[in-house]
Amino acid sequence: MEHVIIGAGPAGIIAAENIRKLSPNDSVTIVGEEQHPPYSRMALPYLLSGNVGDEGTYLRHGADHYEKLEIKFIQDRIARIVPGNSSVELADGSKINYDRLLVATGSSAIRPPIEGMDLPQVSNCWTLDDAHRLLASVKRGDRVALLGAGFIGCIVLQALADMGLELTVIELADRMLARMMDDIGGDMIKEWCENKGVSVKTGCKALGVTQAGSQLEISLSNNSAIKVDHIVCAAGVRPNMAFLDGSGVDTDVGILVDNSLQTSVSNIFAAGDVAQGPDLSTGGQQVHAIQPTAAEHGRVAACQMTGNRMHYGGSLSMNVLNTLGLITSSFGSWDGVQDGERSTALHRGSSRYLRLEFQDDVLVGALAIGLTQHVGVIRGLIQTKVKLGPWKDKLLKDPSMVMDAYLARVQGTRP
Amino acid sequence: MFKSLLIDPNKCTSCLQCELACSYENEGIFNPAKSRIKIFEFEHGLRAIPYTCTQCDEAWCLHACPVEAISINPATGAKEVNDSVCVGCKVCTIACPFGTVNYNSDTGKVIKCDLCGGAPQCAEACPTGAILYVESDWTGYNRMRESAVEAHA
Repeated sequence: MEHVIIGAGPAGIIAAENIRKLSPNDSVTIVGEEQHPPYSRMALPYLLSGNVGDEGTYLRHGADHYEKLEIKFIQDRIARIVPGNSSVELADGSKINYDRLLVATGSSAIRPPIEGMDLPQVSNCWTLDDAHRLLASVKRGDRVALLGAGFIGCIVLQALADMGLELTVIELADRMLARMMDDIGGDMIKEWCENKGVSVKTGCKALGVTQAGSQLEISLSNNSAIKVDHIVCAAGVRPNMAFLDGSGVDTDVGILVDNSLQTSVSNIFAAGDVAQGPDLSTGGQQVHAIQPTAAEHGRVAACQMTGNRMHYGGSLSMNVLNTLGLITSSFGSWDGVQDGERSTALHRGSSRYLRLEFQDDVLVGALAIGLTQHVGVIRGLIQTKVKLGPWKDKLLKDPSMVMDAYLARVQGTRP
Repeated sequence: MFKSLLIDPNKCTSCLQCELACSYENEGIFNPAKSRIKIFEFEHGLRAIPYTCTQCDEAWCLHACPVEAISINPATGAKEVNDSVCVGCKVCTIACPFGTVNYNSDTGKVIKCDLCGGAPQCAEACPTGAILYVESDWTGYNRMRESAVEAHA
């Protein structure tokens, strides 16, 4: 059987490795656009910080890892898919036939639709090439504006600070990390960053950028303007699926897939950042552009593509990041559910915050600031939908007992 | 078959020898906060539960790692963090549904139980036999799954 995988990121690579494991005699071909060995975007901030070199971002380290697994690589862009012929067409005009096709094309950074975003001193920070360009173009002490303080923006923020840059953060939403933190958490992170010497402008829109001598001038929605040496854009990403036009594959925000990661067209599957798949906590379909989901999708897709049926319960939205030393995490329905209950513990002096969300006596979401010990049990509790029983009332009074509740209810110890 | 840590909370007296042994073996200091095994006390110490990684077959941490910093020691079956590869992204700390991978802000890396390469010091140090290193085929995940089913019922 011929397996073709489009995209050489974590979802595609993990799918290929698992197909090889499950069906040793099948053929596996990966089509990837970038010229580098498969790497993880998640690791790029650490390259910018100078903690690792290019190799430190690679998904696999053995020099002949892919050769040994007989995974074939083609470096090209996908032009279109023709399901009627079970084939894909590449940008160079060549065609590849498939029996099973996996679309794992990830997503691309988008730029705000404002004037001046095409100036040479404006960079993304999304690909390995972006990181190289950024390292080559900025020097210690440069003034840099970061457009966007979402998850990616805040991870990049840490790296830019490590590079010794003088930073101004411009965020459209009314708080930092608007999609993984509530007002309290967002404000704590903002205050933390400001105390570390970063200027943070929330609820602020960049209206346009013009060249001002060797610098860039950004006009802002608060009727002010700032001059910087460089702009780093972290204003969001968009799934790469334009090549699906006319293929009959249903899309929404991403490619719609069911609990088998099957698309609306038979023999075509989707995984990772491009897939809008089952959401474990809401029951709906969501794009969860995170590493653990990419890894899970890759494994599930490989099972399905090799005829090993399995039902995928879905991915859980979750994130963890370090913003200038402040560790934040969020899980599932952290903003609560209808008729749910909430429990919070806040200690500003030690920059700690914990918020738990319940539906009946089941934990459905959480966010945390300053929590680094046993944080994974929050995933465990949400994912297994463990009934908390008497522990729910204890957690309503004191959410910091979440580890105790986990041990008592999940590990079967009932003191 | 690999050996694994078999923990009997009924025998635990909460003396914390395991935490001291673990932190000394792995970090070179006697500091329970840096231990990879933790004692959780209930009812003011009336009951105590030693808790650490079960080296589960699912290996959530290993699969979630974006840079292959976690690998399986072929001699022990332990999922080990390679410090020189770990970038400190902490994805494994939220991916592990057992909460047994922790971030160490002093080093900027994650830490988890590695069975001390086959001679777990927590088991050596435990004076009551609450922590044993024995041949065993149970995995934490199966136990967790059974408990979850029970909790649903």
